[in-house]
Amino acid sequence: MATVQETAVTGRPTGALGRITRFLTRGPVQIFLLLEGFLWLLPTFGLLVTSFRDVADNTASGWWNAITEPSQLTVATYKRLLADDGMVRAFFNTILITVPSAVLLVAVAALAAYAFAWMKFPGRDAIFLVVVGLLVVPIQVALIPVARLFGLLNLFGTIPGVVLFHLSFGLPFAIFLLRNFFVGIPHELLEAARMDGASEWRVFSRVVLPLGVPAIASLLIFQFLWVWNDLLVALVFADKTSQPLTVAIREQMRQFGTNIDIIATGSFLQMIVPLIVFFAFQRYFVQGLLAGSQR
Amino acid sequence: MSDDPPETGVGAPEDRAPAGTGTGAAAPAAPSPQPGSGRGRAFMVAMFFLVPALVLLGALVLYPIFFSVFRSLYDRTGDAFIGLDNYQKMFTSAGTFIAVRNTAIWVLVVPALVTSLGLVFAVLTERISWGTAFKVVVFMPMAISFLSAGVIWRGVMWEQDPNRGLVNAAFGSAIDAFGGKGVYPGAGPSQADLLEPQGQAYVTSRTLSPGSTVEIGLFRISEEQVPEDAATASPPSSAAGDAIAGVVWLDFTRGGGGEQGVVDPTEVGLPGVAVEAVSGGTVTASATTGADGSFVLEGLLAGDYTIRLPASNFSEGFQGFTWLQSPLVTPAIMVAYIWIWAGFSMVVIGAGLAAIPRDVLEAARVDGATEWQVFRRVTVPLLAPVLAVVLVTLIINVLKVFDLVFVIAPGSAQRDANVIALEMWRASFGGARDFGLGSALSVFLFVLVLPAMAFNIRRFRTEQR
Repeated sequence: MATVQETAVTGRPTGALGRITRFLTRGPVQIFLLLEGFLWLLPTFGLLVTSFRDVADNTASGWWNAITEPSQLTVATYKRLLADDGMVRAFFNTILITVPSAVLLVAVAALAAYAFAWMKFPGRDAIFLVVVGLLVVPIQVALIPVARLFGLLNLFGTIPGVVLFHLSFGLPFAIFLLRNFFVGIPHELLEAARMDGASEWRVFSRVVLPLGVPAIASLLIFQFLWVWNDLLVALVFADKTSQPLTVAIREQMRQFGTNIDIIATGSFLQMIVPLIVFFAFQRYFVQGLLAGSQR
Repeated sequence: MSDDPPETGVGAPEDRAPAGTGTGAAAPAAPSPQPGSGRGRAFMVAMFFLVPALVLLGALVLYPIFFSVFRSLYDRTGDAFIGLDNYQKMFTSAGTFIAVRNTAIWVLVVPALVTSLGLVFAVLTERISWGTAFKVVVFMPMAISFLSAGVIWRGVMWEQDPNRGLVNAAFGSAIDAFGGKGVYPGAGPSQADLLEPQGQAYVTSRTLSPGSTVEIGLFRISEEQVPEDAATASPPSSAAGDAIAGVVWLDFTRGGGGEQGVVDPTEVGLPGVAVEAVSGGTVTASATTGADGSFVLEGLLAGDYTIRLPASNFSEGFQGFTWLQSPLVTPAIMVAYIWIWAGFSMVVIGAGLAAIPRDVLEAARVDGATEWQVFRRVTVPLLAPVLAVVLVTLIINVLKVFDLVFVIAPGSAQRDANVIALEMWRASFGGARDFGLGSALSVFLFVLVLPAMAFNIRRFRTEQR
């Protein structure tokens, strides 16, 4: 797009000569970016190939040998992963942690965001500023106190405990995002509903929620990925039976060499879900991720 | 992908709030009171909407901050009040101080690098037709977990052996191309009385004169190291008057037997070994052994010569860098971090770039500015606010870096690669169970993000006006 514009504005020669000149001047840039793109893809590609090679091959030589010897590639590693009860359980734990964390977050945050955006009550602006302030609080500061609290409430080592933690630390960003979106809804729409005698709940559920779908979608996707990819929270609050994939894989890493089949295949399984979400919902994903990048 | 204006946590730049709504004293958008309901009732309704969020935030975010501050003043079990001892320990205990120092290095180095790289990518992708594809590729690591990224990069770097680790393989092929590796790395002479070491080379301990022969046995050579065309060795029968003839063979009989120092019938010659005749410290003739290990050093004048097998025969070549131990482990993890975050920086800066009016750049170009001048004098100054946002975001995230260090650094290197967030976990949950020190570390981390918190709040308040 930029290319077309520039050519038009500066009146550079078009046609074959122009294209050659342009290629020569742009050539170094093209080559540089091609190289960078290749460098960026190579590590992930390496893991993919590694995950399809047996331990013996992986300990004997680097993954790139499989390119010249494709016979090394095997799905046996993945079969072994799926036969590993601990890993399969961890996969389902990941879902059981991630889905409620995302859905509950939207519910709780949407309610609060509506109150901050469209209701009047004493201290509203001050409380909202506190929420904005909480955006950057490092989760480390809550690990010890919440571990103690969960111990008292018998939530330590359970999936609900992990979900509650993710829910709470997702709230500042979620409220911030949704409130900013809700506030932009034309205020005539709400007034009209209120004039008709609709209750606050009705205005919220019938007017604001449907109009807020784009922001809610961003939030859902972002929180889904955030929780799916989390290691630290689960490492502290989950136990052997409730641990998600990230923690299970990390445990295997004590023997990186001999467990490389489980580690590489498990990582790929862990990674494929976010990648699908990334390619399917790129737009929402970028919005949500960028908005929440300070967490 | 980059067409959408980015929103960052530092207050959405493209705030969707139209004037006249939202918070702020001037906002006229107060909901009209419901007929027949007092202030009290409105307050109750508002609380119904707010209570779930406020309870969770209060109990699991706000209260823990205060509890951590309080807990950091007590010892590891929480029984004894020790004042600021934990904070003192943080900066004086060697193990913890490495973490503080490394975090400082991270903050100084990484955000600037990631922002610059993102700027370069964003500016360059504007000039190519496949810019979007490039952006998708570079941005993709943002979608995957630090764990997977850590596994990926540990795979890339962990193997020291250039035959197995990708990075070392790349370095190795470059270094060995400049003549690194010898034909028989690690080999040595089997007859200690005949040859003595001279650095990494071996020299005969006695001198020879032209017309004589010599048999040099080597061992500590594995079977794979012997070339396939190696032929059975035989002792040289004689040499011409101006030459020294000899054989270099593998003094090892497969399956046992054979006499050390003697060319036994089944033993093979070692091809490709460089042999030199040295007289008075200078090399007067040199040769390379043939398939059966034989060599002839010709054109020698009468005199005394020592025979030398130069070091190049035995050089181990490039052995690979130990990336995941001190001192390379932190830079190695930083590379992985940059790999992940460059896409973020590129996309945000790219969106800022798209917002710069084209005619401003064109005007500069028409005035005869070079591309570099346009970039330096027009683009970068106009992008300054966006660059600041990216930099602040990265600083906050770098301060909290945990997963990547935890996953990439092997257990033995975690002490050297330590950062505050990791040390907080190690001190509290990684075995030591020192909740006092752990709390102090987390409070320190919290204090470090306070400027960013103030920045956010101030920015938000100005945007609301």
